[in-house]
Amino acid sequence: MASTIRVRATSSGDITEVQALIQHPMDSGFVKNAKGETIPPHFIQQLTFEHDGKNVFTADWGGGISKDPYVKFAFKGAKKGDELKISWVDNKGATDTTTAKIQ
Amino acid sequence: MNITDVGFSATRRLILQGAGAVALIGLGNVPFGLTPAIAAANDRYPEEAFKQKSDADVIKTLYGKTAEPSDKVKMDAPEIAENGAVVPISVSTTLADVTSIAFLVSENPNVLIARYNIPAGTLPNVANRIKMAKTSNVTVLVEAGGKLYSASKEVKVTVGGCGG
Repeated sequence: MASTIRVRATSSGDITEVQALIQHPMDSGFVKNAKGETIPPHFIQQLTFEHDGKNVFTADWGGGISKDPYVKFAFKGAKKGDELKISWVDNKGATDTTTAKIQ
Repeated sequence: MNITDVGFSATRRLILQGAGAVALIGLGNVPFGLTPAIAAANDRYPEEAFKQKSDADVIKTLYGKTAEPSDKVKMDAPEIAENGAVVPISVSTTLADVTSIAFLVSENPNVLIARYNIPAGTLPNVANRIKMAKTSNVTVLVEAGGKLYSASKEVKVTVGGCGG
């Protein structure tokens, strides 16, 4: 299966800008479906970015993050061609991991 | 085999009881130990904080200290969000030594939306998309140099993003 994570990491000088888009329903547990039944919570709880074995960014998320979440941040110390490892875990214990080359 | 099993579980029970007693003694120190424990646990998912129903409770659970408004915290959010399911919000700050950034929506069923950990070398700028149930105050918290700063803005929502 194709990865749920799409990442774009671009380096400019010492700064690497990272944008990530993940496919996930991010159900908060407060929304009802057409039949009036509550859709149970299903959302990503933690998303981590690692560069060179070091954690550069961690997101702790609740159900208030939009469906198919997007996040953008920037960090120093990486160069073009370096690898960035991205992984998430949701409240049901599902996970996905991918690596992206910094451009 | 059975006899060994019984012997083993009896020993195990004793050990567990011992552990329980030690844990109980340890609990006596909690009122003093709690705040540093929360601050040090930045890497762990803050399960409790995500269940809180007010700004004040989130701040207390997540940071254990009070936030002071700062004009060095810049929040970029729309005045009016047509679709509450996707509200783009970003934050940047000129404060030094930022360790974490959190997003709060006062009127949402669960107030805390996200908390981002910012290790040294990562810039204190974050953009994300959040859900808003209705028109609400949005607050960003920035933890920098051991202190907590905040900025707030009201975002009007024409269509809620939390169903109902």
